[in-house]
Amino acid sequence: MSNVANEKIAAYANRLGDDSLIHGHRLSEWCSNGPFLEEDLAMTNVALDYIGRARNFLTYAAELIGGGATEDTLAYERDCLEYTNLLIYELPKGDFAFTTARQYLLDEFELLFLTALCNSEDSTLAAVAEKSLKETRYHLRRSKEWMLRLGNGTEESKEKLQTAVEQLIGYTPELFEVDALEKDLISGGIAVDRAGLEESWRSACEKTFDEAGVNMPQAVWRVKGGRTGFHTEHLGHLLADMQFVQRAYPGCQW
Amino acid sequence: MSQSNMKLYEVFIRGRRGLDHKHVGSLHAEDSEQALEYARDVYTRRGEGISIWVVNSSDICASQESDCESFYDPLDDKPYRHATHYQLPEKVNNM
Amino acid sequence: MNMSTMNLNRSQDEAELEAEFQRRIDNEEKIEPKDWMPEAYRKNLIRQISQHAHSEVIGMQPEGNWITRAPSLHRKAVLLAKVQDEAGHGLYLYSAAETLGISREELIDALHTGAAKYASIFNYPSLSWADMGAIGWLVDGAAIVNQVSLQRTSYGPYARGMVRICKEESFHQRQGYHILMTLMEGDERQRKMAQDAVNRFWWPSLMMFGPHDSDSEHSGQSMTWKIKRQSNDELRQKFVDQSVEQAEAIGLTLPDPDLRWNEERGHYDFGEIDWDEFYSVIAGNGHCNRDRVAHHRRAHDEGAWVREALDAYENKRAAARTA
Repeated sequence: MSNVANEKIAAYANRLGDDSLIHGHRLSEWCSNGPFLEEDLAMTNVALDYIGRARNFLTYAAELIGGGATEDTLAYERDCLEYTNLLIYELPKGDFAFTTARQYLLDEFELLFLTALCNSEDSTLAAVAEKSLKETRYHLRRSKEWMLRLGNGTEESKEKLQTAVEQLIGYTPELFEVDALEKDLISGGIAVDRAGLEESWRSACEKTFDEAGVNMPQAVWRVKGGRTGFHTEHLGHLLADMQFVQRAYPGCQW
Repeated sequence: MSQSNMKLYEVFIRGRRGLDHKHVGSLHAEDSEQALEYARDVYTRRGEGISIWVVNSSDICASQESDCESFYDPLDDKPYRHATHYQLPEKVNNM
Repeated sequence: MNMSTMNLNRSQDEAELEAEFQRRIDNEEKIEPKDWMPEAYRKNLIRQISQHAHSEVIGMQPEGNWITRAPSLHRKAVLLAKVQDEAGHGLYLYSAAETLGISREELIDALHTGAAKYASIFNYPSLSWADMGAIGWLVDGAAIVNQVSLQRTSYGPYARGMVRICKEESFHQRQGYHILMTLMEGDERQRKMAQDAVNRFWWPSLMMFGPHDSDSEHSGQSMTWKIKRQSNDELRQKFVDQSVEQAEAIGLTLPDPDLRWNEERGHYDFGEIDWDEFYSVIAGNGHCNRDRVAHHRRAHDEGAWVREALDAYENKRAAARTA
């Protein structure tokens, strides 16, 4: 495969890795903060899945990039502007309703996305997708149940869930944005055409929202920019935290 | 304010095919589906199981210590049920 | 039969039960939840198991403090899995305590009011990445020495919980040691960071085994009942003996000028623990006493609406099923 193609696949793997890493990081913030011990363990399992997924994508990206790049140089030595995760992943963890709603919206998306990525012409991406898909099926089962429990629980839980969804909805259109890089890779059979997933995603979500007794709002406001490094203010703080040791003691092995 | 309404479940796990389900502990959950999921997250973090049972603790009917004499002792006077009861010639002792 | 003969009969019965109970223990038989047991045995166990459970759960915090700052993705995953294990171990132990007729809610309440204790080591702050190494190597190492011994404790559910926990903990100490080893192979600042962590955690780790046998308020009875199988000082000695070589192997110095091999005893001699510090930290003068409980209480309080929602949902479904 040509170097140009490799560069593009690296960038693609890198962005998928960034999505997973930032999401895993946010979930890991729940450790010792869950509403009860069983849920603490369960959320940590999900966080571990995402960190594992991030490592798979980033290791692959690093291999393609070469020149001494590793999963860790990618994770720890890039600044905010070079990070390419979608904005929805970097929003602070919020309360349990926010975390649940985000997880659910993403699980429905990832189920579709990973299913499609299993058919990628790139065998590494397809293999990572296959492993991740198993995890996501389980995540979705959990997050969907939580949507129903919170939506049909108390007035307070329903209200918190509704609020969370409204705070999140404007970040969902970005999940379906296809830029020039992805357009290229789609035509090569490597990347997933996200735009084509939106309808199925929406109808799956609507069904669950309906069962949960919560309105699925239309995205009347839309924020985007993650893929080009145009992030929210939250990401910088996340990275300051995550990269502190590596930045304070550059060039060391850990 | 509490988890007082969450129920206590006993968890049993089959480690691999051919083994019995074995009691491993308990956990709190709202219903049996949730108990199954938590059992997966709590008790099989290292892939310890291929099958999980959860049982509402309050549904377990346990024998009482005080019943012991009438419950188990009558079963304990039949040594002929055990293989070691039969002394056989050396040659066939692996039977 | 008058009142006093009835009481007499009852205490005779009780004496017989107690003799039978002790006979079992002396024969190395396990006590199981439905067995008769002296009230004091039950209380003692609840105290010890719940303290152990709370230690696991509160112990999540000093390490949880570094999950988001772990310096490599591999370390991040390992640390997260490790802290998750602590949550699991807390849960196994709460389960064991619940077989004694106390609810998780009561146990948590006792933690919040201060009626129940947790290991005082967790009142020390985790200040550098090397602390993740020192906590794994020393704090988990000390805990494992204690827990290995407790696998033979007389109460069945506690013993079984310990077996499970010991099996899972083996990686905890090794990952900690590996962190320190990697730092000791690193540059000057990394080695300094590692040594500093060991300097801060060595003595508190020795304190984890509790007061000297001669000063230990619960020890005598706990040994008779075989809740504890080895004394505080025996276990502490075992830990010191195993740690010296491990420290030397990677070039760390244990901060005790009195530490030396005693040929006659076949053990290492070591300096006297600063018991004033020990009691002072327990009494509330540690850096983190207030933070640890406040953190737990906050998480618990913030989760209240979630637990309420769960209950409400289940009640609605139950009502729908019977309708």
